[in-house]
Amino acid sequence: MSDFSEELIKSTTEDDQGERCELSGTGMHFPWLQKHIETVATGGKKEKDFAQTTSACLSFIQEALLKHQWQQAAEYMHSYLQVLEDSDSCKRQAAPEIIWKLGSEILYYHPKSNVEAFNAFADRMKNIGVMNYLKISLQHALYLLHHGMLEDANRNLSQAETWRYGEKSSSQEVLINLIQAYKGLLQYYAWSKKKMELSQLDKDDYAYNTASQNMLDHSWKTSVNLGALIQIPGVWDPFVKSYVEMLEFYGDQDGAREVLTNYAYDEKFPSNPNAHIYLYNFLKREKAPREKLISVLKILYQIVPSHKLMLEFHRLLRKSEKEEHHKLGLEVLFAVLDFAGCTKNITAWKYLAKYLRQTLMGSHLAWVQEEWSSRKNWWPGFHFSYFWAKSDWKEDKALACEKALVAGVLSGKGCRYFRYISKQDHQVFRKKIKRMKKLVKKYSIINPGL
Amino acid sequence: MTLEVTSNDKQNQSATCPTFHMEILKGISKKEFKERCTQCAAVSWGLTDEGKYYCTSCHNVTERSKEVVNTGAIPNTKIQAINRGLKRKRKLEKGWDWYVCEGFQHILYQQAEALKTLGVGPELKNEVLHNFWKRYLQKSKQAYCKNPVYTSKRKAPVLEDNPSHSDWDSEPELLSDFSCPSFVESGAESQPDVHTQKPFPIIKASQSETASICSGSVDGVEYSLRKEKGIVKMTVPRTLAFCCLALLWQRETITLSDLLRFVEEDHIPYINAFQHFPEEMKLYGRDKGIFAIESWPNYEDIYKKMIEIATFLDLPRFPDITEDCYLHPNMLCLKYLMEVNLPDEMHNLTCQVVKMTGIGEVDFLTFDPIAKMAKTAKYDVQAVAVIVVVLKLLFLLDDNLEWSLSNIAEKYNEKNKEDKPWFDFRKWYQVMKKSLDEKKQKWEETRAKYLWKSEKPLYHSSIDKSVVCKRREMVVNLQKQFSTLVDSTPTIGKKSPSSFQFNWTEEDPDRTCFHGHSLQGVLTKKGQSLTTKNSLYWLSTQKFCRSYCKHVTTYEESNFSLSYQFIINLFSFLLRIKTSFLHEEVSLIEKRLFKTKYSKTKKKSSRSRKVRKY
Repeated sequence: MSDFSEELIKSTTEDDQGERCELSGTGMHFPWLQKHIETVATGGKKEKDFAQTTSACLSFIQEALLKHQWQQAAEYMHSYLQVLEDSDSCKRQAAPEIIWKLGSEILYYHPKSNVEAFNAFADRMKNIGVMNYLKISLQHALYLLHHGMLEDANRNLSQAETWRYGEKSSSQEVLINLIQAYKGLLQYYAWSKKKMELSQLDKDDYAYNTASQNMLDHSWKTSVNLGALIQIPGVWDPFVKSYVEMLEFYGDQDGAREVLTNYAYDEKFPSNPNAHIYLYNFLKREKAPREKLISVLKILYQIVPSHKLMLEFHRLLRKSEKEEHHKLGLEVLFAVLDFAGCTKNITAWKYLAKYLRQTLMGSHLAWVQEEWSSRKNWWPGFHFSYFWAKSDWKEDKALACEKALVAGVLSGKGCRYFRYISKQDHQVFRKKIKRMKKLVKKYSIINPGL
Repeated sequence: MTLEVTSNDKQNQSATCPTFHMEILKGISKKEFKERCTQCAAVSWGLTDEGKYYCTSCHNVTERSKEVVNTGAIPNTKIQAINRGLKRKRKLEKGWDWYVCEGFQHILYQQAEALKTLGVGPELKNEVLHNFWKRYLQKSKQAYCKNPVYTSKRKAPVLEDNPSHSDWDSEPELLSDFSCPSFVESGAESQPDVHTQKPFPIIKASQSETASICSGSVDGVEYSLRKEKGIVKMTVPRTLAFCCLALLWQRETITLSDLLRFVEEDHIPYINAFQHFPEEMKLYGRDKGIFAIESWPNYEDIYKKMIEIATFLDLPRFPDITEDCYLHPNMLCLKYLMEVNLPDEMHNLTCQVVKMTGIGEVDFLTFDPIAKMAKTAKYDVQAVAVIVVVLKLLFLLDDNLEWSLSNIAEKYNEKNKEDKPWFDFRKWYQVMKKSLDEKKQKWEETRAKYLWKSEKPLYHSSIDKSVVCKRREMVVNLQKQFSTLVDSTPTIGKKSPSSFQFNWTEEDPDRTCFHGHSLQGVLTKKGQSLTTKNSLYWLSTQKFCRSYCKHVTTYEESNFSLSYQFIINLFSFLLRIKTSFLHEEVSLIEKRLFKTKYSKTKKKSSRSRKVRKY
């Protein structure tokens, strides 16, 4: 319920502006300014006590909700409902949405509340004014989903889907699409349950045919429902994912590819890492050429350089024949290790140690220097401190060895990390450390002559 | 001094009063047709929508229709036809023909009844308020005069037949004229002759038609448009001014702040008072603007209205406020000292301040609307201001001396546990602060929960009627739903009315009672008399504002000591007034007390040094 309401808030602030007499249209919002303007507009006329007490009542509700005092909140709500009769039409029109949000929260958590009470409340609120019908229907359906009442939720969505009121505003169209998409998602859920059942059936079984026929029906309906929404710019991850899964299942690879490509590359859509990940995973399943995979991950690399797919990206680049890819491979590794969350990623360090050697062997010292120059100020403190040497050695000796090699190569033999590790005497790692020392001596980029 | 009463059939009055309200003014409009009814022989005619006469007692409709007096007022027939159409639709809604002033009369009646249940003597309603109201109707030329406003719109002549307004007693005519209806008597229907003898005005047909479209009352539209110079128009807040004037006349033990607090606590009908109108008195359209109220009354506003109405009614000097009256500052000081838990011994000091400032004089206290500058004492605010001044005299309230005096008192009390304890300002502050915060919190909560909307929704026209009613129904349903989620035991029951808001006992440490504590710690003996140990004083206002802005001083909270702020907050909460209002009153008391200081050394600023002997 919670993460969905954010989507709704977004759409409401966009479309309700005229109705709520908000002044800002640029996306900037100053709540205090609005209040200020209101008092100026009335020419300093004293606010009526009605207005004053109802706004006090609203803050009492908010406070009670914050403190999880559902009972008190309900008590204040009882009085707050008066704003529906406010003589100020601006406030009156804004009221249903506020009441819905607060009221549904109270009914969601209040110990004496139940599904019937929530349903009754939602049905009442839907029919106050026309602007809230769809939003409330959708949230109502989500509430029912929360309570595992899939059929009721589905019925609710179907009802909302067919609701029309005069000329639809564009925002309402998005809502209708969203409602259809959620309906589609419910159908997908049913479908994937059927798929599970089907996978347990024997292909020669009599039931198999009817079941698969059933699935076909479902998929057709769902694709209609889901397809419309994902044409509209937005972040629709769960919808896209399930849609693609169904398309793939029925062998419509082209359709799936088109959906995913569009989702990832259409500029009207907000930047969304998941879009690229879905596309990459799809292409990988399809066994697409390396070049293509690289181009997808390149974009992901720009958005999320610390993503775990970056190591896979590095492998692809390493295998590539192009020199620029080799250089990028080094960049990617450095970038991954820039992030605090990756400092203990042994694979990343192993890759870097190995790839540094390889790069230096290939006499691309300039590449290494280029990467290092922006990091030499902070990496030693960030990665190669004495503290890290001690704790890494204690926790993960293999990691410490890889890191020490990198440290030695990048900041020379004098590096604290390298010195600490190289002094360690350990049966298993003795050989490794020896090799490390040798490599550092050979490849260190810090004054190799000295 | 009391006002004359003419009748006292009290048994009937409560049951029948609403009807009488109608009766009192019904006469005004429809009596130019004087024949007896063919069915019941009564002479009591009303007008139907079509302009025909019908008998109000047996509902027999005659063939006689009303003459159109002024055809000029009907712009064209088309509009008239539309109006008729609207009226037919509305026919179900048709109730009695009633006038706006009857509505106000009903509200006054309810308020008077409520005051009676609060323990006010019955004379207030039967005599005082009743007469005030009749006087108002006369002065505003709505009834009891030769040229009621309904006859000639906008051109009402001055009451020439009342040359001496000042002397109440010289107007027996006004009083004896009241042998008919309203607050006191029943049986008006059986004496139709009384009505017929009076000069009744003619209503223009067009006027009544347009009016009934936009308001449930006959004259709602006209009333809201009426802007005559010199006429004080009735409003809902003014009903309270009427009540307060009547209370003052009777020297009852309810101050203005008490009255307003009772209104807020719903002990006196005010907000949605129209809900209790008889079923047949329909309200809509313009009536909404006249009778619907969305704010609680405000002290300063009602106070101003009181004076305004008293002047307009040309009331004679009110009964004297003497020392044995509740409204005398000495009495009120005693009351408020008890209320805020201060030692009884302080009363001695407040009495002296009252004496020195002269605010206890009969002439100062008694309200005289016909005096040159009509003003009445704000009895409650003034009494409280005296207490603030005494607190300043004793403790200086400079965030310093009061605490060091408290230390002395605390030490003394520790050593002498058997003796009467010395008053410890710090302890008192702690107890008061806690109680005040709790009270304020509760007050804010109850205010936030206040239900403003009436069960009878008011709408502007027949067009939005269904919307308004539907909305009302929706709110009721939703409220029902949420009330099931609330604890079955109602947390806020209606408080029974009390003139005290706090209650102090010895047992509860949070409610410690300081009434018996002694002021010995802060007074010293000097010869025969006692003097305050503290010899300093600072004035709340150095310089009074002399411009035309009407307020004499301003109150910028942060300029004052925290103790002073607390005291001002405490008292203004008690009276539900603005802090600046009390501060102003304190300054005015000081102005009287330190007359010489203000007149001599105007240049000198900063704190004044002053020793006061008692």
